[in-house]
Amino acid sequence: MSVRYGLLALLERGPRYGYQLRSEFEQATGGTWPLNIGQVYTTLTRLERDELVRALPESDGGQRPYEVTEAGRAELARWFATPVEHGDRPRNELTIKLALAITTPGVDVRGMVQAQRTASMRMLQEYTRLRHGADSPADLAWRLVLDAMIFQAEGELRWLDHCEASLARFTPAPLAPAPAPDPEPSTPIPGGTR
Amino acid sequence: MSAVLELRGVHRVHGRGETAVQALRDVSLQVNAGELVAVMGPSGSGKSTLLNLAGGLDAPTGGEVVVAGQVLGQCNRRQLAAVRRRTIGYVFQQLNLLPSLSAVENVALPAELDGVGIRKARELAMVALEAVGLADLARRFPDEMSGGQQQRVAIARALVGQRKLVLADEPTGALDSQTGEGVLRLLRTRCDAGAAGMLVTHEPRHAAWADRVIFLRDGGIVDTSGPLAQPEQLLTATPGVTA
Repeated sequence: MSVRYGLLALLERGPRYGYQLRSEFEQATGGTWPLNIGQVYTTLTRLERDELVRALPESDGGQRPYEVTEAGRAELARWFATPVEHGDRPRNELTIKLALAITTPGVDVRGMVQAQRTASMRMLQEYTRLRHGADSPADLAWRLVLDAMIFQAEGELRWLDHCEASLARFTPAPLAPAPAPDPEPSTPIPGGTR
Repeated sequence: MSAVLELRGVHRVHGRGETAVQALRDVSLQVNAGELVAVMGPSGSGKSTLLNLAGGLDAPTGGEVVVAGQVLGQCNRRQLAAVRRRTIGYVFQQLNLLPSLSAVENVALPAELDGVGIRKARELAMVALEAVGLADLARRFPDEMSGGQQQRVAIARALVGQRKLVLADEPTGALDSQTGEGVLRLLRTRCDAGAAGMLVTHEPRHAAWADRVIFLRDGGIVDTSGPLAQPEQLLTATPGVTA
């Protein structure tokens, strides 16, 4: 996802200029996605180049509003109708970090899992606190954004529990990570011994 | 802040000799008035032992448990029973409601046992039932109520007479998530009103209602998650919600 669809969605509500778009974008995403004004104008320039928006004459105050074109509306409708591909999301650093920690000698994997658990729990506590301050019907969008973060933090904590249980079951847990003797020295295994 | 519950270097060993199991080792913690603390950890980590010690239902083999200024180990049986009735409220996964008593009678029971006259005890019970939104069902018997309603009766019983310390062991049990959230909201409200609360749970979502989360493993505290120093950073640093 990029900022462009966010801006298209806002322009669908009527013509707007840069600063308006920035504040409405931040409002719509519950402050989870701060934008700088430079990003807004760069995106508008690209949208204009692709003929998805067009610039209107400057106002008396020197602000130039933009409006969405027919092609822009079609592009926005296509975006709303298309499911988000998992491949579009950023790769999860935590997953990769844990996978590497398990195969890297000398890393305190259980300690790492616990440190992450505490950090994720702290975030979940804070989201929960914010969630219960968002009770009015007008807060629906913000509440759903918070719910998404709650589910995500919860999922991460469950996964960490699962990792810990798996580590306890499958690792012989030596006190010091000694280099394991390779039973078959003639067959090197790329990337580790597990 | 004043500590309502304090554990000082608490040990608990079950059994003796070769079969001895160290359920808790050197646990020290405080729960202050107005604070809800959650305890998490895998099964066998000592969560329930910790709660039982805090509630005076079990005694440590080392260290001290102090509730509202009273060292439980120095209390005789009668004093201990009085602390349990007056100061501590318990919410268990098994509700332990008496089936032959109505909701209001169940809630009034601890006060009546404590020597409060029936009329006064019922009055206190009605206040507690109102607080959990069940005043209308006060005359119903447990088997005439839904699981969620029974759980709320159990909470009212734990809160009756303004106990200073509320202990909850998986209090949402098998309730659906909506009802379970209602239970936590009640606990939270009670703590916000000045009680100290300790909640044992394996659900991160429930623990998240607490001010602090204590992680137990093999009978010891391995970590504590307190409030964020700068909560405003949180929303800009969420993995997976960014571009």
